[in-house]
Amino acid sequence: MPQGYVLLFLFMAIALAFVLALLLLAKILRPSSPFETKLEAYECGIKAVSDARGRYAVRYYIIAILFVIFDVETIFLFPWAVRYKVLGWFGVAEVAVFLGILIVGYIWAYKKGALEWV
Amino acid sequence: MPASYIPPWEDLLRVLPEIVLTVGGTIAMVLEPLLRPEKKRRLGWLALAALLVALWATAVAHVFAGPAFRAMIIVDGFATFFRALVIVVGALAVLCSLNYLERERADSGEYYALVLFSVVGQCLMAASNELIMIFIGLEISSISTYVLAGYLRDDVRNNESAIKYFLLGSFATAFLLYGIAWIYGLTGSTDLSEIRRVLANPELAPAGALVGVSAALMFVGFAFKVSAAPFQIWTPDVYQGAPAPVTAFMSAGPKAAAFAIFLRVYMTAFEPVASRWEPVVWLSALATMLVGNFAALVQNNLKRLLAYSSIAHAGYVMVAVTAHSEIGTAAAMFYLVAYAFMNVGAFAVVTHFARERERYVNVDDLAGLAQRQPVTAALFALFLLSLIGIPLTGGFFGKFYIFKAALEANLYWLTGIGLLNSALAAYYYLRIIVVMYFHEPGEAAATLAPPAPALKVALWSSAVATLVLGVFPSLVLDFAGKSATLAR
Amino acid sequence: MVNFLDLIWLIPLFPLAGAVTMLLAGRRLDPQPPSEVALAPGVAAASGGNGHGDAHGHHPAAPGRFLISLIGPGTVLLSLLFSAGAVIQLAGLPEKVHEVVKYTWIPAFFFHPAGGGGARLAADFGFLLDPLSAVMILVVTVVGFLIHVYSIGYMGHEGGYYRFFGYMNLFVFFMLTLVLANNYLLLFVGWEGVGLSSYLLIGFYFHKKSAGDAGKKAFVVNRIGDAGFIMGMLLMLATFGTVRFVDVNAALAGREPETGFGVLSAIALLLFIGATGKSAQIPLFTWLPDAMEGPTPVSALIHAATMVTAGVYMVARSSALFALTPQTSFLVAAVGAATAILAASIALVQNDIKRVLAYSTVSQLGYMFLAAGVGAYWVAIFHLYTHAFFKALLFLGAGSVIHALGGEQDIRRMGGLKDKIPVTYRTMWIASLAIAGIPPLAGFFSKDEILWQTWSSPLGSKALWAVGVVTAFMTAFYMWRLMFLTFHGRPRLSEEASRHVHESPPVMTVPLVALAAGSVAAGWIGMPKIWTWFGEGFRLFEHWLAPVFAAATAHWHAHAEAHHDVSIEWALMILSVVIAAAGIALARHLYLVRPDAPEAIRQRAAPVYNVLYNKWYVDEIYDFLFVNGLAKGGGSLLSRFDAAVVDGGVNGTGWLTRFTSTLSVWWDTWVVDGSVRLIAFTVKMFSYPARLLQTGYLQSYALVILVGVAVALGYYLMR
Repeated sequence: MPQGYVLLFLFMAIALAFVLALLLLAKILRPSSPFETKLEAYECGIKAVSDARGRYAVRYYIIAILFVIFDVETIFLFPWAVRYKVLGWFGVAEVAVFLGILIVGYIWAYKKGALEWV
Repeated sequence: MPASYIPPWEDLLRVLPEIVLTVGGTIAMVLEPLLRPEKKRRLGWLALAALLVALWATAVAHVFAGPAFRAMIIVDGFATFFRALVIVVGALAVLCSLNYLERERADSGEYYALVLFSVVGQCLMAASNELIMIFIGLEISSISTYVLAGYLRDDVRNNESAIKYFLLGSFATAFLLYGIAWIYGLTGSTDLSEIRRVLANPELAPAGALVGVSAALMFVGFAFKVSAAPFQIWTPDVYQGAPAPVTAFMSAGPKAAAFAIFLRVYMTAFEPVASRWEPVVWLSALATMLVGNFAALVQNNLKRLLAYSSIAHAGYVMVAVTAHSEIGTAAAMFYLVAYAFMNVGAFAVVTHFARERERYVNVDDLAGLAQRQPVTAALFALFLLSLIGIPLTGGFFGKFYIFKAALEANLYWLTGIGLLNSALAAYYYLRIIVVMYFHEPGEAAATLAPPAPALKVALWSSAVATLVLGVFPSLVLDFAGKSATLAR
Repeated sequence: MVNFLDLIWLIPLFPLAGAVTMLLAGRRLDPQPPSEVALAPGVAAASGGNGHGDAHGHHPAAPGRFLISLIGPGTVLLSLLFSAGAVIQLAGLPEKVHEVVKYTWIPAFFFHPAGGGGARLAADFGFLLDPLSAVMILVVTVVGFLIHVYSIGYMGHEGGYYRFFGYMNLFVFFMLTLVLANNYLLLFVGWEGVGLSSYLLIGFYFHKKSAGDAGKKAFVVNRIGDAGFIMGMLLMLATFGTVRFVDVNAALAGREPETGFGVLSAIALLLFIGATGKSAQIPLFTWLPDAMEGPTPVSALIHAATMVTAGVYMVARSSALFALTPQTSFLVAAVGAATAILAASIALVQNDIKRVLAYSTVSQLGYMFLAAGVGAYWVAIFHLYTHAFFKALLFLGAGSVIHALGGEQDIRRMGGLKDKIPVTYRTMWIASLAIAGIPPLAGFFSKDEILWQTWSSPLGSKALWAVGVVTAFMTAFYMWRLMFLTFHGRPRLSEEASRHVHESPPVMTVPLVALAAGSVAAGWIGMPKIWTWFGEGFRLFEHWLAPVFAAATAHWHAHAEAHHDVSIEWALMILSVVIAAAGIALARHLYLVRPDAPEAIRQRAAPVYNVLYNKWYVDEIYDFLFVNGLAKGGGSLLSRFDAAVVDGGVNGTGWLTRFTSTLSVWWDTWVVDGSVRLIAFTVKMFSYPARLLQTGYLQSYALVILVGVAVALGYYLMR
């Protein structure tokens, strides 16, 4: 093990130890007197009626996936938009191919009925 | 970075196979919902056509051999060799699938699109000369294959297979990516030639142990994809659960492509530090052969048996990798071709025999096949004999060259154990032949319809290729030998 | 005048054409309901006798069958004629070698990618005819042809007639390829091919499970030997850069014998491991007796006369190499001698007529290796050649007996057959005298020469000679025990068999007579050197092979000549004849004169008898060690491990999900009794692996991968 990296690992170890030590110290020092109200998630607002980890209809996921695809992929347009003058017609063609593939995907999803909430 | 970047037109020609396959896959996908159900079968022929055009495009790309897109892609003999191999495997898989999908009443458009996309990824893997590109190719190939493994959504086994493959595959890929990050951090580049230059230069080279760590992390990713021990553990389940033609496909195509990047990365970038990774690969090769062959001995399910056998065969190729010489690389290339044909052929027989919902996939179901369908049985026997490594079949020369390369690299123990392993392997392959030839026909063999024309084509072309590789090995060997010298 | 020498590549192709015709068109020539394919011999003979077979067109006289009976032996006859022509022309050549290369199989460059030289380093589809391969092709085609003719009668009532001849022709093709190849690689093609056809023929009666098992055993055991062969071949390639016989011998020329265990010894040893597999020597001999499950003509052709001698041929072919490696040569001799005596001792007490002959074959093969090991290569080939005649005859005779008795193979249930099947009896009588080593029959000359060379060669020793002599005594004893029990004494037949008993048809007895003639006269071309009054013409065999082994014998020949002592040779010769006669006399005494004596001896020496009867428990030991222990045990262990991991994977994933959700719930309440939870968590964490072990949830896939990662990383970090 080369010498230079020993320091690095040492540093990581000290950082970890530091955090754990502080947490432990706080645990020992602070008074602990839990009661019901104090344990609630919020001390104001509406009371929680059920668990947050409920079930969603499976169709939601299809919509969500489509959203992710069509929304997030537009991010790829930004670099082109910023540099479109430099990239010139080649850039336009590239983006057209990209959008073309996206549109084909859209057509496919539409035809497959992925957008219908039965 | 220059102000304006427009790649020369040759660059586009160098990725022509990928372009052709992408266009073909996209068309197949979008036509699927537009066509009437009875016409969907034609999409298979479309996919086949796309693959054949891609094969031609591979030849075109080879004429314009050279680096492309700032040397992220490189078209050399090695790339052409593996591109052609994965495309042919794709075509054989499509031929096996035509009737299978009809039988299982599954949608065909997406299936063929996924096969084509997977082949795109494998072609990219074969031709990439840069770690990010390798990763992208690997992911394109893998994600398509994950979906294919679970293609029959209603089938529990398919679901299990896909989810296992996907979760574990992602897990292993993460290690690969981590390894890439390490090596990038250490050398400041993801270009294989540049990494090699840095590692080979004693003044620039980072600490050996750290290079070792990154090599080990990347090894995890590669070993998973080629199902080498101890990362082979997913293989039997996934191969058993997936639809038979998909198993045929993924036991040959993605595996060959994974070996392509494995060889390229370890023979170029990591070649200067070979003494560091050689022991690990040595051990893995040994363990892979042992696990594959021993576990296969007690299997009754044909698909599972062939899955273990494919692990064992990966072990043999790993022996060639351990040799890390040009002869070793050429031997591995030859072996992967021979293996692809004999294995796809064997799985094609399984596809044919399994019938609807894959009812008949046990070894004993094959009883008396030789009496009912002598030709099918003879072809299966040929594939099995080739898997054993009997002379005059491709499998024999594959093993012969691999062990020769290993011996020249002074890997005496590995060679000896490998040969004993292949002796052991004869046992479980022969069991199948015995059942086919020396048992009374059972219900499964008695009710077997003759193979469909497309499947026949797949069977016969695999068989002819297996024999040709055994009788005229120089046809492929010449090219492999010339292509084994990788750009540095 | 046809130039047969340039047509030697045709010799193997005739039987191949026959095989292809049979296997493709045979079904059409000889149609039959699938359920009646290949009955066991007894059943078939019985059903044939009832006229049952005729109803289904089974009779040999049916036109399709006639064609098959014509093609099967006919192709071998063609090979025989071409072989004879080629050998006669070879004798006229001064250099006594002829090579024909049809096609360069593997290009040279691959072996030397750097572009190393124009030397022919590649392997070809090339054929080499020299005195050694000339002997082999004649043995294979002559004996092969006779056995094919015999099979017309023997297999006449059986289903799968065309299949039988197809496989037999295929075998002859591979065997001829093996002996005619001009390089090790092509030899290996034949080597594997004969293994394959032997496998198909052993399992011919596929209704019998034991037949299938025996075939598989033969194949797998051979594969172990083959691993050695391939490795030897590869090492040879790495050392000499060639696998051509001529080039290897050229590379060896001028080398001095190795003093220690060097690379040459390693190559020779690995090749010899291959030979032990094919030629059924210790430790790989167990498959041959089981191979007797095949039809009897198969046992005669493959497991007595030809295929099993391939190992001897290969060692003789590599004589230049073995001569340079005294250590390996000694091992060859020792293994040969040990196999000879071990197998002979087992043969003493076996009761199955074919098994006695099988162990006898193993024993005689041991003799051949003994000869090769002491450097007397020509004697090894000589014994191979004489053995082919009398052992094929013994097997065919045994087949004739079995045929006559409707499938009976136990010699305890025979006896008194000599007048009922006289031709079979007389021919077998000759063969038994020959194998026992009684002059002037063929076996005497070759066996005596082996013993003499073992005694006199600088590579041999008196101890090996003693083993050989004891084996010779046992050989005479067990062969004549078999003869007396089968043909003499009181008939002990079952009622059904005695009604059935009849002499075989001429198509079967004529080959017997022909082979009997061979068993008498074949040895006359290899008479001992001290029988000077016959002249050098009767020592043709040694002179004929001399050019092939010239390089090998050059190293020690002069030495041997100096020690040639005529009076000792005479003494030893007389001794070996006396011993053979004593063996016969003892067998006669025990099984003819005092038939109750064997039982008494068996009672008194029960432990010895049991060990011998159970074949020294070698099969059991192998089963225990390798089949059940290593293969099955290891395999099921691994697959059980996998099965556990399969479930583990699913359960592990489920557990992981539950675990993370629980963890987040904990997190919410952690502030309250964190320390308690922490302790619980810690306990759970540490108990988890233990619980895993106890409940069968061994590991999850991911965990295995993680362990793998840890091992790989650990390796690099620890370095």
